[in-house]
Amino acid sequence: MTSRKSAIVLGGSSDIGRAAARAFAKAGYDVALAGRDVAALEPDAADLRARYNVEVGLRTFDVLDTASFEGFVSGLAALPDVVISIVGLLGVQQNAESDLAHATTIMRSNYEGPSLILGLFAEKFLARGSGTIVGVSSVAGDRGRASNYVYGSAKAGFSAFLSGLRARASRGGVHVVTVKPGFVRTKMTEGMKLIGPLTVEAPVVGDAILNAVEKKTDVIYVSGKWRLVMLIIKTLPEAVFKKLKF
Amino acid sequence: MTLVSGWGRFPVVDSELLRPRSFEAVGEAVVTGSVARGNGRAYGDAAIGAIRTVAMTGFDRVRSFDPVTGRIRLEAGVLLSDLIDTFGPRGFLPFVVPGTRFVSVGGAIAADVHGKNHHCEGGFGRYVDSILLRTGQGETIEASREQNSDAFFATVGGMGLTGVILEATMRLRPVETGWIRERVISASDLDAAMRALDAGDSATYSVAWIDCAARGSDLGRSLIYLGEHARTGEIADGAGAFPAGKNPGLAVPVDLPSMTLNRYSIRAFNELYYRMGARRAGGGHVVSLYPYFFPLDSIADWNRIYGRRGFLQHQCVIPELGARAVLGEILDRVARRGDASFLAVLKKLGQGDGILSFPLPGYTLALDFPVKGDILNFLDEIDRLVVAAGGRLYLAKDARQSRATFEAGYPALRRFNAIRKSLDPAGTIRSKLSQRLFDEV
Ligand SMILES: Cc1cc2nc3c(=O)[nH]c(=O)nc-3n(C[C@H](O)[C@H](O)[C@H](O)COP(=O)(O)OP(=O)(O)OC[C@H]3O[C@@H](n4cnc5c(N)ncnc54)[C@H](O)[C@@H]3O)c2cc1C
Repeated sequence: MTSRKSAIVLGGSSDIGRAAARAFAKAGYDVALAGRDVAALEPDAADLRARYNVEVGLRTFDVLDTASFEGFVSGLAALPDVVISIVGLLGVQQNAESDLAHATTIMRSNYEGPSLILGLFAEKFLARGSGTIVGVSSVAGDRGRASNYVYGSAKAGFSAFLSGLRARASRGGVHVVTVKPGFVRTKMTEGMKLIGPLTVEAPVVGDAILNAVEKKTDVIYVSGKWRLVMLIIKTLPEAVFKKLKF
Repeated sequence: MTLVSGWGRFPVVDSELLRPRSFEAVGEAVVTGSVARGNGRAYGDAAIGAIRTVAMTGFDRVRSFDPVTGRIRLEAGVLLSDLIDTFGPRGFLPFVVPGTRFVSVGGAIAADVHGKNHHCEGGFGRYVDSILLRTGQGETIEASREQNSDAFFATVGGMGLTGVILEATMRLRPVETGWIRERVISASDLDAAMRALDAGDSATYSVAWIDCAARGSDLGRSLIYLGEHARTGEIADGAGAFPAGKNPGLAVPVDLPSMTLNRYSIRAFNELYYRMGARRAGGGHVVSLYPYFFPLDSIADWNRIYGRRGFLQHQCVIPELGARAVLGEILDRVARRGDASFLAVLKKLGQGDGILSFPLPGYTLALDFPVKGDILNFLDEIDRLVVAAGGRLYLAKDARQSRATFEAGYPALRRFNAIRKSLDPAGTIRSKLSQRLFDEV
């Protein structure tokens, strides 16, 4: 048996998930990738093994299938040191305004599922007395915007869940990191107009997550500029904010 | 449509830019008028599809790696910088690297790039054992020296025109360290520079930086950099076996006004560079592989110093016999113009491997020029000297040569075209470069 540290990435097929898995594997962690389509994750597992000579496992995980969560966690051969949830769904705001099913999927994918699964891991970590939980939330959760408040409100809920969990878990030796990546050039944002200086590439987020875990940071914005931008956006009076178009 | 250009930012043209996420999607993306694009480090119009450009950098997975032999199978979008950072510390480097590490494996195969070791170790393609190629006809084939060998040798150096390289199997070079034992020789003129390069034939790496502002009896004065991989015992105490590679720090944030680069600033820069280098001349010392191989990579977006209109690189190779006279003539004309490159690079090449590979035994000279004034006419004149000497221009750097220059320089073109036709009878794969130089109109 090795005494290497291990991390599990929920939502391993996303660009940020791949980047995070690479960052941790590069740092010597054994990695498990979890996602809906395990076969599609196989090339990424092979990539990590070839590059970093670490153990890589694959697990089936569907964030909407909350009934499977207990079994998922108890079915892991060993409890990892770090669990990272990258799962999320941007959806289409306009459709979500009238299509309840779509709105529900967005809300469940960004809030309900990630919170429940990380909550379960938290219980196990607390029982063990150690572990790190990483939730990738969004700057969109810092204030609801006309253009994506369905997604944003779910991320807000997730951010609140993480901060509450952090407050409770820190007393039990468990650390919680909230990641707010801002604009990242990924599949999710392809075709969107991103503001160049505020946009980062996925590997930057992966490295930032690893860094936050090792340094025990609570909340990271990835690009420091976002902290300032969101501070301004959060402090605008509602009367002004509602007139702004964005 | 998106405005797309190469590293020289000339020309800038409309092409639909697609980023497929799977090999099936690559197949669907390839319609008539498409070409693959790696990391966009070709200077001119090679990586721009006539209608559609298929970006490949999303394919960055390593499939397998054998830590004993250094054999690696990977997707074509993996960057050499990524390979160096990942496998360097494990004792393996690419056999051949160009002057920037931000090129993809696919782009390095398609241009059969040469490094400072071409004179003795050949080009990038020599270390590629096989490729997975999605042809213009819509088939996906494995090609190697034994299997589909025509497709293999046409793809190495074929500038993406045989199809899209999806994967490659290649060999990496075992190294003890990531340090280079470097020796700098200063040469007071072109004769001395060429002699020093000839004497450096037995060195693994050799290249000369020419001060192309120098004229008269100083014409061709240069610094010759020879290099060998340092063994474990040769690196400084306390230095790690593998140096850290920094990400490009300083970026050029905006296009500098073209005023910044003028005959005075260029001359001053060259003078300074030559003197600083000359002081290092003589005894050997050990340097990190990064500044040794990739001196320009430390400044991100340096192509912007040439201003918004972009710049042209002119890279020719002149066969050994008679090279001295032609190179002298070119350098003299460039020096007299005064607006030439910051730096010119001179090095020796050996025989190329691909049917359309640029290298041939002789000397290659690379020069940069900002796009302005009568530069196109001036370069046409230089081309006439190159053609008369039996030389040719490098397609990965080219944005402007004429069909006649190209056809004169590449006698194996007919064979290449026949293979291209057999792989792509309908003429699906077309780049701006192929429209300019290859395709019947
Ligand atoms: C600073 C600098 C220094 C350089 N120094 C050198 C040097 O020393 N030696 C040298 O040889 N070159 C040098 N080059 C040129 C560079 O190595 C080549 O242009 C290389 O091809 C760029 O690779 P890329 O991935 O950026 O490809 P791109 O520029 O995107 O494409 C180049 C060509 O490759 C084709 N291509 C790319 N990917 C694929 C694929 N997957 N399948 C099929 N075709 C593909 C494109 O169609 C195009 O024809 C230098 C360039 C720069 C900017």
